[in-house]
Amino acid sequence: MKKLFLCLAALMMAGPALAAGGGDVVLKQKDWSFSGPFGSFDQAAMQRGLQAYVEVCSGCHSLDYVSFRNLADLGYNEAEIKAIAAQYEVEDGPNDDGDMFMRAALPADRFPAPYANQNAARAANNGAYPPDLSLIAKARANGPDYLYSLLTSYEEAPGDTEIPEGMYYNAAYSGHMIAMPQPLYGDDLTYADGAESSVEAISADLVAFLAWTAEPALEKRKRTGVAVVAFLLILSVMSFGAMRFIWADVKKSKV
Amino acid sequence: MSASKFSNPVVRWIDHRLPIFSFLEHEANEYPTPKNLNYFWNFGSLAGISLVIMIVTGITLAMSYTAHVDYAFESVERIMRDVNHGWLLRYIHMNGASFFFIVVFVHIFRGLYYGSYKAPRELLWMLGVVILLLMMATAFMGYVLPWGQMSFWGATVITNLFSAIPFVGESIVTWLWGGFSVDNPTLNRFFALHYLMPFLIVGVVILHLVALHRFGSNNPLGIDTRGPQDTLPFHPYYTIKDFFGLSVFLTFLAAAVFFFPNFLGHPDNYIPANPMQTPAHIVPEWYFLPFYAILRAVPDKLGGVLAMFGAIAILFVLPWLDRSPVRSARFRPMFKIFFWILVIDCIVLGYVGAKPAEGMYLLVGRVATVWYFIHFLAILPLLSVIETPRPLPQSISTPVFGGGGGLAGAAAAPKEKV
Repeated sequence: MKKLFLCLAALMMAGPALAAGGGDVVLKQKDWSFSGPFGSFDQAAMQRGLQAYVEVCSGCHSLDYVSFRNLADLGYNEAEIKAIAAQYEVEDGPNDDGDMFMRAALPADRFPAPYANQNAARAANNGAYPPDLSLIAKARANGPDYLYSLLTSYEEAPGDTEIPEGMYYNAAYSGHMIAMPQPLYGDDLTYADGAESSVEAISADLVAFLAWTAEPALEKRKRTGVAVVAFLLILSVMSFGAMRFIWADVKKSKV
Repeated sequence: MSASKFSNPVVRWIDHRLPIFSFLEHEANEYPTPKNLNYFWNFGSLAGISLVIMIVTGITLAMSYTAHVDYAFESVERIMRDVNHGWLLRYIHMNGASFFFIVVFVHIFRGLYYGSYKAPRELLWMLGVVILLLMMATAFMGYVLPWGQMSFWGATVITNLFSAIPFVGESIVTWLWGGFSVDNPTLNRFFALHYLMPFLIVGVVILHLVALHRFGSNNPLGIDTRGPQDTLPFHPYYTIKDFFGLSVFLTFLAAAVFFFPNFLGHPDNYIPANPMQTPAHIVPEWYFLPFYAILRAVPDKLGGVLAMFGAIAILFVLPWLDRSPVRSARFRPMFKIFFWILVIDCIVLGYVGAKPAEGMYLLVGRVATVWYFIHFLAILPLLSVIETPRPLPQSISTPVFGGGGGLAGAAAAPKEKV
């Protein structure tokens, strides 16, 4: 009967792996600081990723589920968060006259979206809709590797490939035709901490940032998990001992 | 009930008027249980505990969830981000569903292997099948609630199945949707039903337990207990064994929740539902894949739906398809082989269900589907006629093989090796 369990376990393993599907590309695999059971976020990389998002991505991509106050996770203090938020204008209201008005963003506000709505976003981008980035690292199979590969795999199209107007060749994108123009060329920005700004470095920083926006609780989850699993392992061993103790008389009488 | 059973006067007073303590004493403490149960008998209690885990996390999630197409996805993200330990509740609920199915599938295959569906436990088995059906409906509707891409398109595909019903199919689908497509009314009613059905499951589980306690557990030998020498009081022997099983189960569940919470899910469900954009492959949750494969194996829509529901309906009549008087596969050499073929068949169906329905996969899926039905409709009835079972032991405490011999009495020396 042990086989039965193994088979079911195999099914459980196989199911989603198969379901993930969609592979005509090979992703570049990187060893992320947040992967593995003991993984944690790299605050410096996330701060650089935030800068890259703001300076490069946020022109087209929204970050709907992230509030400025969440940036405390990146290591910013309250004053710094207020200063970051104050760089943005958000619509508020209605005021006592019944009018909507613009004001500087507060830590409680979310990142304002670049476009008023999806239609405006499509109209500005050749009909293609730049997806919200909050959850993008979880909304794609092997999200972090996928994002890193996508950002670093813009290439010359092979000679025989026809690239339609408004499309670009990307070796990491399923079908290789992507509507997003190449966003990074290297040295696209100057990092506040003076870190390297090659395409690969910026991409890795963005992935660190987007892995956090997709799941801010990731680090807490893994840290809690180590304690919980350790506790349960001890509990298992102890309850096994208790079971053996209680069953001892029954087992002995069998001999 | 003798009042002297309990020393506490308050307990005695209550028990005299409302014999709840006598009931618990009888059904949970001294309840005689076969002494030779192996670890596969842990999965019943694990299923019960899984149900409790799902209800507790589910009710807490419902406190922060908004069943509206414009807010559902965002409310789930709020749970993940802003509700205290909301991420934990949600990941337990998500992975708990998968673990519930794993446990129940093991429980079902254990019943198949040891013939637990045979007389006098037919109704016990059939109630179990009812629980499985309710679980599937509950899980399906629960998966719709986050209102991601797979939620929406899964709901669209599955509800559309009912359109295969002749003449009234289209009207039934409109009625199910509460409109002309999967939309807000659909989400609202799915939420209402997803909240209701676990309590229906609790009701059927209680009936399942009443039926179980009528004749007690089956056991790996598949023979009836013949007296106190074959049984042990449920407490402490099986309470501690179930507790150990639970500790191990929770360790696995915790490992999934804390380290691979999205492993069993689909990334597309982190994309908000978009009725204008169909995902490349619509796949159900893993526990539906074998049924999905059967559905797609039949070229005709109505036929596929009938085959899929038939695959479960057939379990209802299983006690009358397998007429062999011997329960346990241990003493049924041919049945044992076909049992393992069925297990492989179900795994193949699950594998095919995750693949696109074309070419080789479709062919393999069809063969596996046909085999599934052959197993139940032809092989099991045939085996009960042609198979020669191995000799059964006299009793659980004296597994002396071969006919004749003194029946195990109270004096029979416990000399067993199970």
